[in-house]
Amino acid sequence: MKKLLSLVLFVLACLYLAAPVFAQVEVDDPEYYTKFQGQNRSINVHNWGDYISDGSDEGMDVIKEFEELTGIKVNYTTFATNEELYARLKGGGALYDVVIPSDYMIARMINEGMLEKLNYENIPNAHYTMESFLNAQYDPTNEYSLPFMWGTVGIIYNTEVVDEEDLGSWDLLWNEKYMGEILMFNNPRDAFAIALNRLGYPMNPENKEQIREAAEDLKDQKLLVQAYVMDEIFDKMIGNEAAIAPYYAGDYLLILEDNPNIGFFTPETGTNRFVDAMVIPKGAKEKECAEMFLNFMMEPEVALANMEYIAYSTPNQGTYDLLDEETKENEVLYPSQELLDKTEFFVELPTELNLYMDQMWTEILSTDEQYSKWLIPIVMILAIVASITINLLRAYRKRKEKDYLQTMDQLRKQL
Amino acid sequence: MRQKAAAAPYILWMIIFILVPLALVVMYAVTTPDGQFTISYISQVGEYAPVLVRSVWLAFVATVICLVLAFPLAFIISRRSSNSQRTMIMLVMLPMWMNFLLCTYAWMTILEKNGLINRFLANFGIGPLEMINTQGAVVLGMVYNYLPFMLLPIYSVMTKISNSVIEAAQDLGANWVGVLGKVLIPLSIPGISTGVIMVFVPSVSTFVISRMLGGGGNLLIGDLIDLQFLGNAYNPNLGAAISLVLMVLILLCMSITNQFGGEDMEGVIK
Repeated sequence: MKKLLSLVLFVLACLYLAAPVFAQVEVDDPEYYTKFQGQNRSINVHNWGDYISDGSDEGMDVIKEFEELTGIKVNYTTFATNEELYARLKGGGALYDVVIPSDYMIARMINEGMLEKLNYENIPNAHYTMESFLNAQYDPTNEYSLPFMWGTVGIIYNTEVVDEEDLGSWDLLWNEKYMGEILMFNNPRDAFAIALNRLGYPMNPENKEQIREAAEDLKDQKLLVQAYVMDEIFDKMIGNEAAIAPYYAGDYLLILEDNPNIGFFTPETGTNRFVDAMVIPKGAKEKECAEMFLNFMMEPEVALANMEYIAYSTPNQGTYDLLDEETKENEVLYPSQELLDKTEFFVELPTELNLYMDQMWTEILSTDEQYSKWLIPIVMILAIVASITINLLRAYRKRKEKDYLQTMDQLRKQL
Repeated sequence: MRQKAAAAPYILWMIIFILVPLALVVMYAVTTPDGQFTISYISQVGEYAPVLVRSVWLAFVATVICLVLAFPLAFIISRRSSNSQRTMIMLVMLPMWMNFLLCTYAWMTILEKNGLINRFLANFGIGPLEMINTQGAVVLGMVYNYLPFMLLPIYSVMTKISNSVIEAAQDLGANWVGVLGKVLIPLSIPGISTGVIMVFVPSVSTFVISRMLGGGGNLLIGDLIDLQFLGNAYNPNLGAAISLVLMVLILLCMSITNQFGGEDMEGVIK
């Protein structure tokens, strides 16, 4: 037994020695990061799933590097949708120091006073932000957010199924030739943006009429759509289950690695351009540590590691300058200025339009029928009454049975 | 008195984690975000009547299929030797050890257009059949996931039915229809009613199965609730109203099935 133990210990020791020694990442100002060393601080970071370089594929383990450099412990958790993050923050149950939502959600959070203003004195690396991301629609004053990744939406298609002449515009998603081969976004904001752009309206609808028209189009499209999905697109496009799907440009490159017969184009009428940016929510306990984390994420080398892992485009000028010419000229990741001019950011919609869009979306996914306002309240009351009656009847019947048995007993005794 | 003291922690637990949340659901359902009383959210659920009907219908179909499959199987298992009974029950339980999402995901690969079944059929020049993203696939997912919940209660009741009861019925001239209708079914009613509830309730409120196997186009009531909390427009009041309607409907279903089950087995004595 002892021998076995020592063997195990020996093997463990060997493994430990063999583990690679982590190379210190090169930072602009190493002095800055020593501020909280040895103070046992910790921050809670909440990010999209699979959205940070974690040391696999020989990349940098960003969180580990940060912890070693600063001595601040990072509790890292993930979310799947902006709406989930919003519900979590709104519910007030969890406290985060750094979160990374998308543009329109940041706008909503700013409007509702859910974010802290950043103190740029603590984030010297903020100057790396590309000029075109300053004063963006979602954060016009740059007070709240620092961009992390960006990309555009386009159409991913199977080159063996789709004819070249059908490419070029969103109409491909409405082309009856490809009935049952089309996938569609399973979230209202992205789906409506496509329909609105196709109709020539802004992707952030201005009134209910535009939403209604787009909803009509989406209903027509439903007949052609195989399924409404999000990340299932990866499996379905790689396995040739479907031939056409609108999705994020960076993800096209990931799919291409597994299926060479995949193409991508950005519709000529323009598309949605999204930014995921780092913000600090109100009530963050360790604001200064959080700002240090933001600063670290803005280090060109760190941002480069993240970019290589995620395969989206970087808004960091320092990182962009580090890229090789081939990547810089990649039209998918860094589209021409002409195309970028036609892209739109999502901004926060008025509550009324948001609710209407949700309502239309459910209508698209379910069927459309007339209804009476009183139908459900009446059905509910009837159901409650029926339940109570049934249970009362049962109790009554039981009591009667008991009485009956008692009378029988008494009769028997009398006899 | 001592018994009461022992129950106290459980009662406290019930109040904090069952009664209070229920009260909150009701409160959210009948108030606006500013705290005004309103029934407009409950009325609004009417817009989704087709979704509600579809959910109840699909759950009903799944429950019936589960019952039809589980009843004979439970009988067959309960007539085996105790050793093979144990093995067979374990085989039934085996899929439940695996993650429920994983099982559903596996069905996606099986049913897909380039999936296992269609690739097999293609060898004989049949197909491809359209199986995934249909209501049938949703029902299949429900049946697959919830069948053990129907089987186990029926099985446990059936093990208590002695062979001699069946033989007695046969001696008295009952054919197999008579044995089934007058002896087996009445005696296993408590198991059946438990099983029906255990299958119907999760089926009617599922949202993962419809999303994965139904392709997102076959919206069920569970998806609708999910959409209110994690959708584009954060609308917990409407979500609570839909949940409330669903709870009332389930209450009704349970009351009805309870009529046939419970401790009183009048059907047996008559």
